[in-house]
Amino acid sequence: MGFPILSAIVLLPILAGVVMLFLPPKNHKLIYSFALAIALVTFLLSIVVYVGFDATGETFQFVEKYDWLPQLGISYHVGVDGIAAPLVLLTGVVIFTGVIISQRIDDRPREFFAFLFLLASGVFGVFVALDLFALFFFYEIAVFPMYLLIALWGWKQAREYAAMKLTLYLFIGSVIALVGVLAMYFNSGLNTFDFLALQNANFSPEFQKLWFPFVFFGFAVLGGIFPFHNWSPVGHVAAPTAVSMFHAGVLMKLGAFAALRVGIMLMPEGAQFHMWWILLLTLVNVVYGAFIAMTQTDFKFMIGYSSVSHMGLVAMGLATLNHDGLVGASIQMVSHGVMTALFFAVVGMIYDQAHTRQIPELGGMMKIMPFAGIAFIIGGLVSMGMPGFSGFVAEFPIFMGVWRDTPWIAIIAAISIAVTAAYILRAVGKVFFGELPAALEGHMHDIKISEKLALGILCVIMIAIGIFPGVIVPMVEHGVEAVLALVGGA
Amino acid sequence: MFGTITPDMILAILPEIALLVVLAIVFIVDLVLPDMRRGILAVLTGVGLAATFVLTLLFANPGGSAELVWGGMLRHDMLAYVAKLLFIFAAFITVLLSVKLEDVWLKGEYYLLVLTSTIGMTLMAASADLVMLFLAIETTSIPLYILAGFMTGDNKSTEAGFKYLLFGAMTTAVMLYGFSLLFGFAGTSNLYAMAGAISAGAVPGPVLVGTLVLVLLGLGFKVAIVPMHFWAPDVYEGAPTPVTAFLSTASKAAGFMVLVRVMLASFPNILADWQLMLGILAVASMFIGNVVALTQKNLKRLLAYSGIAHAGYALLGVVAASELGVASVMYYLLVYVVTNMASFGVVIIVSRIVGSDEIEDFSGLSRRSPMLALVLLLAFLSLAGIPPLGGFIAKVLVFAAAVEAGFVWLAVVGVLASIIGLYYYLIVLKEVYLGQPKSEEPVPVVRAHGVAIVASVLLVLILGVIIAPGYNWAIAAAASLF
Repeated sequence: MGFPILSAIVLLPILAGVVMLFLPPKNHKLIYSFALAIALVTFLLSIVVYVGFDATGETFQFVEKYDWLPQLGISYHVGVDGIAAPLVLLTGVVIFTGVIISQRIDDRPREFFAFLFLLASGVFGVFVALDLFALFFFYEIAVFPMYLLIALWGWKQAREYAAMKLTLYLFIGSVIALVGVLAMYFNSGLNTFDFLALQNANFSPEFQKLWFPFVFFGFAVLGGIFPFHNWSPVGHVAAPTAVSMFHAGVLMKLGAFAALRVGIMLMPEGAQFHMWWILLLTLVNVVYGAFIAMTQTDFKFMIGYSSVSHMGLVAMGLATLNHDGLVGASIQMVSHGVMTALFFAVVGMIYDQAHTRQIPELGGMMKIMPFAGIAFIIGGLVSMGMPGFSGFVAEFPIFMGVWRDTPWIAIIAAISIAVTAAYILRAVGKVFFGELPAALEGHMHDIKISEKLALGILCVIMIAIGIFPGVIVPMVEHGVEAVLALVGGA
Repeated sequence: MFGTITPDMILAILPEIALLVVLAIVFIVDLVLPDMRRGILAVLTGVGLAATFVLTLLFANPGGSAELVWGGMLRHDMLAYVAKLLFIFAAFITVLLSVKLEDVWLKGEYYLLVLTSTIGMTLMAASADLVMLFLAIETTSIPLYILAGFMTGDNKSTEAGFKYLLFGAMTTAVMLYGFSLLFGFAGTSNLYAMAGAISAGAVPGPVLVGTLVLVLLGLGFKVAIVPMHFWAPDVYEGAPTPVTAFLSTASKAAGFMVLVRVMLASFPNILADWQLMLGILAVASMFIGNVVALTQKNLKRLLAYSGIAHAGYALLGVVAASELGVASVMYYLLVYVVTNMASFGVVIIVSRIVGSDEIEDFSGLSRRSPMLALVLLLAFLSLAGIPPLGGFIAKVLVFAAAVEAGFVWLAVVGVLASIIGLYYYLIVLKEVYLGQPKSEEPVPVVRAHGVAIVASVLLVLILGVIIAPGYNWAIAAAASLF
């Protein structure tokens, strides 16, 4: 065991957050520089994890294990597989770009960044946890700071309502999953929360059928699964830009990821028993989300609902329980994370200057901020699943996986692609190529270099995955093999 | 009567002896102290309590053994040991928080009453005999009645003291009646001998359940669970705030110690009956406590209702009636005591300056004093059960105990109730972080108060991250009952 890189990546943000609380509150520049430095180091560490992951090696790598409460079989056990490693990188990217574009936060920035880092630690912790107790511990750490971040720095009209709604939804989900996890712990009789040990617990089919929905839905609420998606768009809209990026880009993946880890991987028979109707729910997510997105006039709401639709694809891929679907879902988590972070970043940049998010009131942005415009278009192409971009690499396998068993669902779900193209192109056409409204004349200027850097990083990732799927596919397949070994699928 | 006195017997009551010595010193010094220097009383009591804590920690540890001492009056075991440390700690923090509190902190009798009550609590935790138990409960309660009404110039305080006395006396009488029935039928007043007599059929079934109800009525009053909770909000609001803190933490915890001991030692025969009874009370406490807390405008009342709900959660561990169950209760109480001390500490600090403890007066505290706001944030999040704070671990443990014992429905109800709890804690935090302060001045903090809240909040964090030491104590305490 060499340098404990996963522990470093989990603990660095939270420790930095604590240190930050002791910085002088008025010195915004120092606070911002410190936050940026920490975010950069975190980003670099996440790259090291991604690059260092050996797609032909062990299932779980960078493993560390220490006793935490041995009497109850609780340990601090972390490691990443081929599904988690890309998500760690995603989190690193989003925290870095999110901090870059948060320069304008001027109300209590110290607390803002401290809470943001606390959130980041929780997210990293969930992705790397190999102990269910630790997973839970980090899961709740990841959920809670959202409340403060939205309620304190969010959009004034909606923030209190949105923050409370989001927090209550997610906590109801998580505590219900908690009861399920406790039931698993006692039923296994192994006196351990260790994920690898519980894989061999052989829960009885009856037990799995009863408890799978609790655990799966408890977590999937955070993944925005229908009919528990309601908290998500309003939460995105009310959140400040960096938090929207984090929220849609990373946090929603926690839900899908934990549902996969704890639900599908530990109770595969339960998953097989229930998946047919969960697949139907995800179909609603995908299609309904896309249609609702099309009816929105608020730019941010549109993207919020598009997230519901795209996260539906993730859940749909998981629900197939076959190789293609799982690979697609895992890549889609990364692809959607980067894409939606980019969308929210661009919307935030426009809103900061225009003070409106109504699509009809915007226009002509291509001339003012061409870089942001191009970045948004690239994101749009990803969102539509164009070949050559990461969206294609992700969505194509999902549709293949669905087609295998239930072609009609794949056909219906494909409607969403057309709808997505419609609302994305409409928004691009109006906001970027339409005429600049007179009201905005003279108020708008180009984005900063640092902001271009942030958007550039996000674009590079989407294109790189699209053109060279080899950078991610073998790794994800490696992780999916292990899942299939448990599920027993093709 | 006791035969020869062995060193063990002395060690069993070492904390009480030490507290009595401190009490005597404070009493004498109080008589001779000139008016100008009365602040020394607080220092003296504080140092005395700290010394008692250290003495107890080092010398009174029974280890793995558990024996009845002093003619079966007391049981020297880990449960009593851990509980005594907890009460002495709570008394220490209470004294720190009383510093500079007008009308209170310069009066010697205040400290004498706190110390007496603490002695009562330590005896409650160790009592193994109905007679001893009753005396201990009264030794705890009578000083608390006076303390609640200590600010004689303040109508609310006087009302609180009187109300507490009336309800307390009534429920104690009912409980005493239950004790007398138990003694009459079982032919013994020893809690441990009683189980044998009961399983031999000495007490007719209906009478047994009836007595159980009477006893629960009295103990339920001490721990403030529904339906014996009605006194708590008024008394908490009216009493001097350090006394409220003491009442809501140590006194509640002492009640729980008696509850687990009596239930497990004397009533194992009707386990299913009292499990069901307490399960229903737990659900009622969690829901009524949390729902009524939603509407509160006063922070002390809110904490009173939240305390009722928390008693409900802790009760889940009692219902489980297993080793994990009792350990979870212990852990819950450890966390609850330190967390509530931190919360009340902030209330005391702020209300000393703004002169009120309405929630709206905490508006914008984060802009005035970010660190105080942070302490309140951590304390409330711990109460809401969010990691990495102690409250999260405590909640997981009680829910785990309930699931293990087959009470999955109780665990589900419990987690749903905790969501309601989360809501009102967030409402207060929203006020603290989002509201506009009436003044921008930072709130000055008396040093003793600062020490008290920092120590408490650090313990909240430690209990939430480094779980093993606290859990080891809790499980050792639990093991001593089985």
